[in-house]
Amino acid sequence: MTSAVLFLLLSCSKEILQRFPGFQAPADFPATAYHFDTNPVTQEGFELGRKLFYDPHLSRNNSISCGSCHIQSSAFTQHGHDLSHGVDDRLGKRNSPPIMNLAWMPLFLWDGGVFDLDLQPVVPITSHEEMDESVGNVIKKLQGIPAYPELFRKAFGSEEITTANMMKALSQFMVMCVSDQSKYDSVRRNQATFTPEEQAGYSFFRQSCTGCHKEPLLTDFSFRNNGIRAGLNGDRGRSGITLNPDDDFRFKVPSLRNVAYTAPYMHDGRFITLDAVLDHYAAKVQEAPTLDPLLRSGTTLGIPMTDVQKTQVIAFLKTLSDPQFIKNPILAEQ
Amino acid sequence: MRFTIIPCLLLLSSLGFTGCKKDTTITSNELVPMTVEFDNIVGGQNLFLNTVTYKNKMGEDYTISRLQYFISNISLVKTDGTEYIVPADSSYFLIREAEPETRFARFRVPVGDYQSLKFIVGVDSLRSTMDVSRRTGVLDPTGGMEDGMYWSWNSGYIFFKMEGDSPSAPADPSGNHKFRFHIGGFGGYSAPGINNIRNVNLDLRASGLVQARTGRKSNIHLMADIAKVMDGSTTVRLAENASVMFGDYSSKIADNCSQVFFHDHTEN
Repeated sequence: MTSAVLFLLLSCSKEILQRFPGFQAPADFPATAYHFDTNPVTQEGFELGRKLFYDPHLSRNNSISCGSCHIQSSAFTQHGHDLSHGVDDRLGKRNSPPIMNLAWMPLFLWDGGVFDLDLQPVVPITSHEEMDESVGNVIKKLQGIPAYPELFRKAFGSEEITTANMMKALSQFMVMCVSDQSKYDSVRRNQATFTPEEQAGYSFFRQSCTGCHKEPLLTDFSFRNNGIRAGLNGDRGRSGITLNPDDDFRFKVPSLRNVAYTAPYMHDGRFITLDAVLDHYAAKVQEAPTLDPLLRSGTTLGIPMTDVQKTQVIAFLKTLSDPQFIKNPILAEQ
Repeated sequence: MRFTIIPCLLLLSSLGFTGCKKDTTITSNELVPMTVEFDNIVGGQNLFLNTVTYKNKMGEDYTISRLQYFISNISLVKTDGTEYIVPADSSYFLIREAEPETRFARFRVPVGDYQSLKFIVGVDSLRSTMDVSRRTGVLDPTGGMEDGMYWSWNSGYIFFKMEGDSPSAPADPSGNHKFRFHIGGFGGYSAPGINNIRNVNLDLRASGLVQARTGRKSNIHLMADIAKVMDGSTTVRLAENASVMFGDYSSKIADNCSQVFFHDHTEN
């Protein structure tokens, strides 16, 4: 009797393990921003999206895929590259951001120019410096690859490959890239404790950093000028979208989750190490008309901190690493 | 059973109506095909791509290599003042000078006499932010850099695109003297932005009412005097504004673009 029950339980749990989990929002995360009502995640849609994400046919000369600049082991960024390089090794003007917790992100790109995740892939596909292709031509190519029409039929009920279905499949893959298994998360869930150094760094962080890097996503998705002064290309960031001079040199506050994996830092990847980032906030913030008010206190700019505090903050930032996320086999190229 | 009863009732009631009122009630709800023709001209001449040199008010020579624009949200006002709005899903048209068959906006309207025509130059904000699955055909938001009518980096349609050559335009990085007007901006999604959607309202009475009738197809023949894109309420100097895209000056060109249309005649 007991063994029969055990056997039943085992077979059930095996089934559960094999079953596609679907999109699951961590209970301690805020409400999602993505429109799941018009694009519910299915196993077939997700797997198709994953195949597309890793398919170099999305680029003009079939040389690079989304995964070329969004590498899982670097939390879906291009580690070691300040600017990402596309076809023919052309360089873009900004650092490739992580594909991570995008279901919560209201606006995309460093300047927030794209308001729907379904529209985001059009940017790298058509951008001259990235994949330099047209979506229409990608669809033509995909239609000619025997596996795809059947995969589209399974996911969306029709073998005809459309812009909408291609984008929705990619979104299904991207929203599934959820990172919530860091040590920081375990501590929040009372399943682990910080070391004294990490705890000291966290205390400092909560005092001085969460005004922008709001918990638990570690960003408030706002656009701010953090005083790094304009790059040599004069990239004005958010104001290019809003045409509002008050938005000059503002860029999206990035999430700090997995920050230890995603060097280099800032919209143009100008800081190679976390030390350099903290050195900036500690002593190198530049005055500017649109400098964020949180980085100004009287005549003091930035976030004054001692070397010890820097070390503590970095120890804390490393607890935001989510090794399961960067190794999760269902997010990897199959 | 319900499904069979209702049509029977409808049939009976319609028979009843035809019996006492002849066919006026039925025909007034009947939809008949109609077209609006966008005939692009420059001044008093037909527009020719690439081959003919035109001169703007500032005395600058130019040729036109590309001209395409969105017309949407068409509605017609009857002589009794009631307005018929073409259903949204059938009311977006991309007029491309290089493809003559695209000069017609085709839709259906109830029979009747119409005295004015309204439309938008561009794509309304609702459609500009709609789910991608609702944006097919000319609204597919993925056109290429050359021919496309969509800004991928700043999610939104280009409403009006006109490009050409002018010796007055400064040399671009490749050494060509080109002008490029890419006019768009639906008002901004996450923050207020430029709104270059323009409404056009044309009185059809002087040049011919539209008489939409069963078995006929009316064509409202409009002229679009593209010279006014530069010579409208704002006089554009190509030496200074050869590249007008997503910026404040684009609103002045959007105003000009809405002034190019006039009703020439109606073919009933």
